[in-house]
Amino acid sequence: MAKGLSLFGLGLVCTALLLAAMPARATLGESVSTVTSDAQHLRASTRVTQASNYEVHEMQSGAATVREYVSDGKVFAVSWQGQARPDLKQLLGSYYPQLQQAVQAEKVQRAGRHPISIQQGGVVLQMSGHQRAFTGRAYVPNMMPATVRAQDLR
Amino acid sequence: MKSRFVISLPLVFLLGSLLLLGGCGGSSSTSNPGGNTVTPPGDNVAQVTVNAGPPELASVGGSVNTAYTSVQICVPGTSTCQTINYVAVDTGSEGLRILASKLTLSLPTGSNGSGNALAECNQFVDGYTWGPVQVADISIPGTNEKASSVPIQVVDDSGSFTGAPVSCTQGSAGSDNSVVGLAAYAILGIGNFRQDCGGACTLPGNNGNNPGLYYLCPNGICNVTGVPIVNQVQNPVALFSTDNNGSILEFPTIDPAGVASVSGSLVFGIGTQSNNALGSAAQLTLDSSGSFTTVFGVAKNQYPGSFVDSGSNGLYFLDQSMDGIPQCQSNSSFYCPTAIQNLSATNQGLNGANSTVNFSVANAENLSASFYAFNDIAGINDNPPAFDFGLPFFFGRNVYTGLEGVNGGQPTGTGQYVAY
Repeated sequence: MAKGLSLFGLGLVCTALLLAAMPARATLGESVSTVTSDAQHLRASTRVTQASNYEVHEMQSGAATVREYVSDGKVFAVSWQGQARPDLKQLLGSYYPQLQQAVQAEKVQRAGRHPISIQQGGVVLQMSGHQRAFTGRAYVPNMMPATVRAQDLR
Repeated sequence: MKSRFVISLPLVFLLGSLLLLGGCGGSSSTSNPGGNTVTPPGDNVAQVTVNAGPPELASVGGSVNTAYTSVQICVPGTSTCQTINYVAVDTGSEGLRILASKLTLSLPTGSNGSGNALAECNQFVDGYTWGPVQVADISIPGTNEKASSVPIQVVDDSGSFTGAPVSCTQGSAGSDNSVVGLAAYAILGIGNFRQDCGGACTLPGNNGNNPGLYYLCPNGICNVTGVPIVNQVQNPVALFSTDNNGSILEFPTIDPAGVASVSGSLVFGIGTQSNNALGSAAQLTLDSSGSFTTVFGVAKNQYPGSFVDSGSNGLYFLDQSMDGIPQCQSNSSFYCPTAIQNLSATNQGLNGANSTVNFSVANAENLSASFYAFNDIAGINDNPPAFDFGLPFFFGRNVYTGLEGVNGGQPTGTGQYVAY
């Protein structure tokens, strides 16, 4: 929690805050482009904050906050939190089918509900929460800048 | 698990107050498993059992740590009724959701308030449920509790309803529209809120602030719609004529090695009868999403976004990098300490109340496959790090779920709370 707070504080206070309609089409593992916009898809406002060696594109609506972590023009992580999950296919892109399969496979191993934590095929997916409050993130460890730790991705 | 710290400005302020309160002390108490008394049967007491679950789950090894009860539903205003068994009691969601394949009644359609048939895509942590909203009278067998004309969700596991739209399916990594998906025939959501969605779902369907739970499907084309509060899927407890301000889920202490089956009580109402007083329970008020802060470890780190949820089948918290407990080799979602770890954490309510809880973590790989109730199965919950006090927390405790709202917060408050 302290990490999340300090990251947020950093974005809010210490670095240039770009409150702009900056298109941030971004899907895990792919390039940031300006063609389409997740923000439009999510009907959210976007802001970009600069961490030491990556950018955080944050899209916020009342229903959910989505963050996309970008380094060298590539999205290496996405996270979300809110009353409902955002469009995971849009966010997870080519990783969505395999993660979907992995979640289903885990379900038939063990009945009963619990947070999801899956590492498979070079990607990590974690989801938690309950009614009205869901969180999750997915990241590609091999694409993460060297100094970034998983706990920085909130 | 949910973190509130960047969701909205008011919540950032709220977190600030919460942290301040955390440093201010407030009332304090300690709750230890054991010694609690499970309320005997009565007009406001339903029986709840944790066991392997319905026969359909045998192929997946049965359900672990799911609390089942029974619910009777009737066509509104009639004596045409059906009893549903294997209904999972879930303090982490709101509303009754029944698999269509287990429903023999023909119930009237739920409306959006303007006469149009409603459908719902509800989210659980591991998937979605999709199906029509229908209306039923609900009563709890063995009790006097009854709620009339309650919007519920019928979960379409038989493919008889319009297919789930992609905006529903893509919000999850899979469907819960099955016995295996629910680990039950139905889910009785009796969490802190009166509806599953609330104000956000009253916004127009094309408003980005609408979380998108409710749909209209004219001509088989489904789009998100806004729905008045009263037409949303309702927490049945809030609609009981009496005992409608919350509930208490109670289980005896169980052996750390686990048991095949254990029964407890689900008591309706808090402070409404002689058998449901709050007594000396620590009462923690919750934030707008139903969470509190847990303080854990020698450094007394604070983890906001922590919650109590009978629908989670373990104690899920942090990860090895934060608590030093080894994660399992076979499935790193779970903990595998070499010996049982006895731990304690302090929960802090929004009201400043503090309560220390003791809990245990066993090696998840060594738990017996012939047992279905464990008080020490635990796994990770590190995004962001927080505590999900699932069903193991309820063994040896009487856990109160106080509903939101002016009347719901009785006897001692006006907001949603958990007490134990």
